[in-house]
Amino acid sequence: MELNWRPLIPPAAAFLLSPLLLGVINRTKALFAGRRGQPLLQLYFDIFKLLRKGATYSRTTTWVFRAGPVVGLAAVMAALALVPLGGLAATMPFAGDLLLFAYLLCLMRFFTVLAALDTGSAFEGMGASREVLFSALAEPALFLALAALARHSGSLSLSGMISGVGPGSWLTQGPALALVAAALGVVVLAENARIPVDDPNTHLELTMIHEVMVLDHGGPDLAFILYGSALKLWALLALLAGLVVPVRTGSAAADAAAAVGGMLLLAVGIGIVESSMARLRMTRVPKLLVGALALAALALVLVLRGGGRP
Amino acid sequence: MNAGRPFAFHAGQAVPRRSVPALAFDEFREFAVGGVENGARLVALFGLPAAGDATQLLAILARDGEGLLTAATTEVGASYRSLTPDCPQAHWFEREIAEQSGVRPEGHPWLKPVRFHRPHCAARDAWSRPATLASKGFSVLGEGALIQALRPEAEGPECITSPAPNPQEKDRNVDPREETLRVPSLRGAPSPKTEKPDVGGMLPGVTDFFRVEGEEVHEVAVGPVHAGVIEPGHFRFQCHGERVFHLEISLGYQHRGIERALAGGPAARTMHYVETAAGDTTIGHASACCQALEALSGCSVPARAEAIRAIGLELERLANHTGDLGALAGDVGYLPTQSFCGRLRGDFLNMTALLCGNRFGRGLVRPGGAGFDLEPARAAELSARLDATMKDVAGAVGLLWETPSVLARFEDTGAVPRSTAEDLGLVGVAARGCGIERDARFDFPSGIYRLAQIPVSTWSSGDVFARAWVRWLEIQRSADFIREQLRSLPGGALRTECRTLAPESLVVSLVEGWRGEVCHAVLTDRRGHFERYKVVDPSFRNWMGLAMALRDQQISDFPLCNKSFNLSYCGHDL
Repeated sequence: MELNWRPLIPPAAAFLLSPLLLGVINRTKALFAGRRGQPLLQLYFDIFKLLRKGATYSRTTTWVFRAGPVVGLAAVMAALALVPLGGLAATMPFAGDLLLFAYLLCLMRFFTVLAALDTGSAFEGMGASREVLFSALAEPALFLALAALARHSGSLSLSGMISGVGPGSWLTQGPALALVAAALGVVVLAENARIPVDDPNTHLELTMIHEVMVLDHGGPDLAFILYGSALKLWALLALLAGLVVPVRTGSAAADAAAAVGGMLLLAVGIGIVESSMARLRMTRVPKLLVGALALAALALVLVLRGGGRP
Repeated sequence: MNAGRPFAFHAGQAVPRRSVPALAFDEFREFAVGGVENGARLVALFGLPAAGDATQLLAILARDGEGLLTAATTEVGASYRSLTPDCPQAHWFEREIAEQSGVRPEGHPWLKPVRFHRPHCAARDAWSRPATLASKGFSVLGEGALIQALRPEAEGPECITSPAPNPQEKDRNVDPREETLRVPSLRGAPSPKTEKPDVGGMLPGVTDFFRVEGEEVHEVAVGPVHAGVIEPGHFRFQCHGERVFHLEISLGYQHRGIERALAGGPAARTMHYVETAAGDTTIGHASACCQALEALSGCSVPARAEAIRAIGLELERLANHTGDLGALAGDVGYLPTQSFCGRLRGDFLNMTALLCGNRFGRGLVRPGGAGFDLEPARAAELSARLDATMKDVAGAVGLLWETPSVLARFEDTGAVPRSTAEDLGLVGVAARGCGIERDARFDFPSGIYRLAQIPVSTWSSGDVFARAWVRWLEIQRSADFIREQLRSLPGGALRTECRTLAPESLVVSLVEGWRGEVCHAVLTDRRGHFERYKVVDPSFRNWMGLAMALRDQQISDFPLCNKSFNLSYCGHDL
């Protein structure tokens, strides 16, 4: 019996290539700042370095603190089994898998937040409260955007939604898809702690959202967190790339290459966004997320009026 | 003192100490409180030991509009009626007096130490903290012990208890706070167990803080160890969610005892102590010190040296303002300006190095003149480098004002009302950002600034934007000033000799450092040595301004507000 390797390509690509995305973002930012920047593979080096280290645990923490990074990484890895890579279907697609996908990411966040609260640090508690507030606002935007795609493609699985978007869809449903892409773009920035929502490079604990929650983790735990964040960025960018780079050749290699290329381009785009604007004031972030929600809602209305599939 | 005319003198003018009116306490209080109410500004208020157990308080007021200073003294015992309730400018000064002289200002609303060190007079302590170490057999040696050793003939009231030398003690000249941190067993004490030393309220930050009580109110403590490579300081926030109700700042971690070490001078180390009081204001502090020394010795500085000093002072301003604008951009996550300004700051520092061989200007300003000459070739190179760097600065900083997302962060963040700034007596960029025209180069010009004036740059909104914008205005004006000075550099000698200092005199020098007004007040004794050398860094006046700027702000905006003030920890702690 011949083993079908095709469904394993999307998660394998994610596991291998996701740290590269952050390397591309950082190199883009360095270029704009007039610096040479860190090596493209820096995150791989960091992860391997951290994995060889020991970890220190505060006496005030419990098992929850240690479970946070493990559950987080496991959740996002499981979520990647549902994420297609361009025209390539995911490993285990099924109708309604978008709900499982969204709530696996939620589970990851939930445990990160619990681990942060477990430390009892004022900083981490503040970060946790910000993270929960902002993700609660990002979630409806994500769901409405996916709902618009589901209606457009007539499929309730992520793989079906993405493969249902071809070059033709952009001709018939261009405005709606553009709105979905914009909403998803904001969600990607917010969920992955990028500027303008969060600043991944800052050292100022009082301004951090995501980073401050993981301040007390070190060694392999931190490696899991960094790798988990890279995978999460990959998962969300894969959806966005599948939408904006609708190359569907039928050849697995060509489709995968197009999708990965699209993701790298999106990573460059994130780098450009981060280089060209300041962070939003914390009180303005909800407005941005509600704006994304409005875009997604409008997209859904357009798709509904357009009668679904072309 | 003339009966009709109140006593007044100029900054950088030595006056005999006996001409300073010695008032009864009530008159003294009225002099300070009434003077401030009438628009004067308290530039220094400090105590020095007087005959017996008394302490002499000296208040120096600045009348900005007239460019004149007034002063008065009084003698108080163990306590006096605090000025602060009627004159908020005295708040920090009175806490300092309580800490240094052990005199208690009764009725002070928030009487806490500012630096957490032992009083200069070990016999008195305003908080009746136990002299723990002394009772355990440690000698209480103040930071001035070194100086006491240097001038064994020092006269006047002996204020530092110097017990008979203990043969077991090898290094006696240590800061008492350092002693508290040492485990007694290391020093031959019997206890083998690590006994927690009783520090008696002498450790920085170990104190009560203002607390807001109530459901949902929470406290956030930041520092003294920070995430960035910055100096130590402790910040205590009382928050409601993300909103800051109150911020209390507790410093003192960098106290090195500079004022005490300077007493007894001038000595070979005087300039080095002053230059390192706040490393980023090396030229500012050195200029203030030299101004005082020159006034006391009556020497006149050659015009060429005055111009070179002013070039150094303005280069210091350029470097720090440029660095600050870059750091402000960094705090809001705006990369281009952050990266470019970081490099450009280095370019300005290198220009200072071109001037004197040191990037921070050490050795440039020396009593009687300048330490280094500026030959035509180097002047031309400096001019060329300045032009090239200013072009880049204009580009990098211009991006800030063109980027809406940056302006959205700067505007309306950390606003200090003008009235608050006036009440607190803020100085420098923080005051000018509130629309107050206060600039020692303009109000109390000295040296070359008497001939070549720099317009005062102000902006009225009092927020982070105002402080950033004032920096940008000053960058342009400082660059113009340096170009002008380089074009018309006076000839002549570089340095004259400063001989002995006038005895029994008082001099107050005011220099507009890049951060604000640097004030040095020097009192000489009968032999012409420094009896008291008072340093007031602009940070000392402005930390309270930062605390007020944070009221009702988002706690996430604190780093941005902090950077917009960019105050010195070591300049405050001395």
